[in-house]
Amino acid sequence: MVGVVSYGTYIPKYRIKVEEIARIWGENAEVIKKGLGIEQKSVPSWDEDTSTIAVESAREALRRANIDPKKIGAVFVGSESHPYAVKPTGTIVAEALGIGNNYFCADLEFACKAGTAAMQICYAMVKAGMIEYGIAIGADISQSRPGDPLEYTASAGSACFIIGKDCIAEIEGTYSFTSDTPDFWRREGQPYPSHGGRFTGQPAYFRHIIEATKGLLNNLGLKPSDFAYAVFHQPNGKFPMRVAKILGFTKDQIKQGLVVPYIGNTYSGSSLIGFASILDVAKPGDRILLTSFGSGAGSDAFSFIITDKIESFERNPTVFEKIMKCEYVDYGLYVKLRKKIRFG
Amino acid sequence: MLPKFWRKIRYRYNLIGSYCENCDSYFYPPRNLCPKCRRKGKVKEVQLSGYGRVLSWSIVHDGIENFWISKPYIVALIELDEGARIVAPLDCNPEEVKEGMRVKAAFRKFGEDGEDGIIYYGTKFVPV
Amino acid sequence: MREVAIIGVGCSKFGELWDMGFRDIVISAGIEALEDAGLEGREIEAVYAGNMSAGRYIGQEHIASLIADYSGLADLHIPCVRVEAGDASGGVALRQAYMAVASGVHDIVIAAGAEKVTDVPNAMEILSASADVEWEVFNGANLPALYAMIARMHMKKFGTKEEDLAMISVKNHKNATLNPKAMFRREISLDVALNSPYVAEPLKLFDCSPICDGASVVVLASEDVAKKYTDTPIYIKACTQASDYMALQSRRDITTMDAVVFASREAYRIAKIEPNDVDFAEVHDSFTIAEIIAYEDLGFAKKGEGSKLIREEVTALDGDLPVNTSGGLKAFGHAVGATGVRQAVEIALQLRGDAGKRQVDAEIGLSLNIGGTGATAVVTIFAR
Repeated sequence: MVGVVSYGTYIPKYRIKVEEIARIWGENAEVIKKGLGIEQKSVPSWDEDTSTIAVESAREALRRANIDPKKIGAVFVGSESHPYAVKPTGTIVAEALGIGNNYFCADLEFACKAGTAAMQICYAMVKAGMIEYGIAIGADISQSRPGDPLEYTASAGSACFIIGKDCIAEIEGTYSFTSDTPDFWRREGQPYPSHGGRFTGQPAYFRHIIEATKGLLNNLGLKPSDFAYAVFHQPNGKFPMRVAKILGFTKDQIKQGLVVPYIGNTYSGSSLIGFASILDVAKPGDRILLTSFGSGAGSDAFSFIITDKIESFERNPTVFEKIMKCEYVDYGLYVKLRKKIRFG
Repeated sequence: MLPKFWRKIRYRYNLIGSYCENCDSYFYPPRNLCPKCRRKGKVKEVQLSGYGRVLSWSIVHDGIENFWISKPYIVALIELDEGARIVAPLDCNPEEVKEGMRVKAAFRKFGEDGEDGIIYYGTKFVPV
Repeated sequence: MREVAIIGVGCSKFGELWDMGFRDIVISAGIEALEDAGLEGREIEAVYAGNMSAGRYIGQEHIASLIADYSGLADLHIPCVRVEAGDASGGVALRQAYMAVASGVHDIVIAAGAEKVTDVPNAMEILSASADVEWEVFNGANLPALYAMIARMHMKKFGTKEEDLAMISVKNHKNATLNPKAMFRREISLDVALNSPYVAEPLKLFDCSPICDGASVVVLASEDVAKKYTDTPIYIKACTQASDYMALQSRRDITTMDAVVFASREAYRIAKIEPNDVDFAEVHDSFTIAEIIAYEDLGFAKKGEGSKLIREEVTALDGDLPVNTSGGLKAFGHAVGATGVRQAVEIALQLRGDAGKRQVDAEIGLSLNIGGTGATAVVTIFAR
């Protein structure tokens, strides 16, 4: 019975509203809010980066798990904003958790699905008996070019999952659909990403999520109505709703996991924070679908079944409580915090 | 400053201090010798809980180079639950700081050794 | 143990001395001291030089020998040593010089204090190295922030007010108008002090002494030798020093400097006097709160009641216990390693009746020099 033993999340406390960004760039906030299905996004503080938010989410997961950190056998951090281009975030996280020196580790990059890829690796290692527990983290402090539409959605957040036996959410199965599709990318040394505009829709996001989900359902002999909840990667508030409809999932099934309207697109944290939000309320026996999407491109689909163990698991503070606990900043402070100002 | 910082990473990231088994005292930062027992003491490393209360603080306008972008910032003298004390940055609105306020450890960036140098991480505090 | 006396004093102007390098500043003070003592130079047997951070301020170490060299003493091949204890370097140098003579090892020695800080842009950052760099400064607490935390606690515990701190600043500035070598020689009003911008709350600009260039020199001699050179030897009746935990977080009580209490009690015992026998004092007002706490720790006021002395003008120039007649660190300027010796110069001038317009009527003087936030304290008691 391998699956999620514990989980933790971290969302920075600052937020900036769509209205505030639109004000600066002379755009129509209402049109944008409706078009993107988003109201505001999270903003990291000047002294936060992917390492710090990864650590905070991992510390929460570890505390709730109540296990000896030295039993963690692997640490995989997935992000597209690792603080170093060379030098892993994973070792910083492991040091900050007191894991010791006996652990497998590497950093992962696959745009927004690096976190779920980390989960698959930990899942495999636990199943193979190589490790007792593995830590999979999806964390990002995403950067966006000023004035670009992505500025409304690119945000910061982290989710950590400890994978092992004796779990609260068993992994029934996982399936990936991957192809060489350059829909969104960032070249080495470039500060901001580039994207293919509308190309990021059907050939990228939709194709991969649909194929991965269908592949998983096929393998497991399941249909959408077998699931209590479904969560998809959330680059905005519209795509996940549309892909859910195409696949045959209802608005009710995806509601709990839809966090992007309040915190924006946390990239590698996106579908994972949504998944954590579902775990906050799920009951034993509930089946949950999680399908991530990472540009470049690929989707990892999972089916989880909640076990009885979730009843005795500490789930407070919940993701939605963290979403609500926030402070608003104006565009000037936002730009200073995000270091978009060139000094000197 | 690379080896100098690296040597203390565990103590900064994880609030690992010292405990003297002889006189039941906690110290932070960690010490080689217990100041009360000296060579009679039995000092070992101990992980502090990270929870404490604010004893005194200052809102610093003219502060250290690494923190210039966040000025004015708050630095506080904090008494941890175990009794050891620490001076550390406090991420909080200046109006909210009160004597005796409960705070807890948070993992944050302290600065970097230039644009191409290593990044310094450590423990700051946030309100509970 | 022999009696030790000051037979000559010298002091440079304190301030931003752009035209003078380190050697120039020291020599100017040194020449003044030797002329004051009536010495040719060959009588000097040793040099004790207080200097906190020549390495970082001017990139030069080994400065004691350098000072002796440029003072024209190199052919005498005398022992020279640089003494460092944060901004108590001067006071500690004075004590080393005192002990050399008191013990009989030497008959005539020089205690010098000197610092040249204006060649670099980050003087406060370097001065903050007198605190715990790894665990206080790295965590955001430079020297002003540390003293600010001390001030806040003192204010909370004892009701000391920001006005009290400002009054210290006003008093010292007023005294300095009568001191030709002081860095700042204009009075300031309480309003100006109270409305100056915050440096680290609750300390404001006018609560923080300026770090500056300067040098001071005293010539010490044994009693017998002193009488050959001067009719007004000023005796060092006691010179004590104490240490304490480096970081504020390790101190027993941050509103008391245990090192000051310890050193001063010992000094009173050796000099066979009580605190209220002290007629005037030079204390270490690196930050105004430090002067108020010094009143308490030196025994001039009960713990927590230091602000009474400033409110009731007891420590004003014309008060019962004038403190910092020179203008103190705040208005005379804080030339780091020079300060401890500069304090001795002021006290000697006062006791000799050579203090000009700021002269007080006194028989016993006391100086207090502190390193950092109190990890070192030097207390010296002087008498005619």
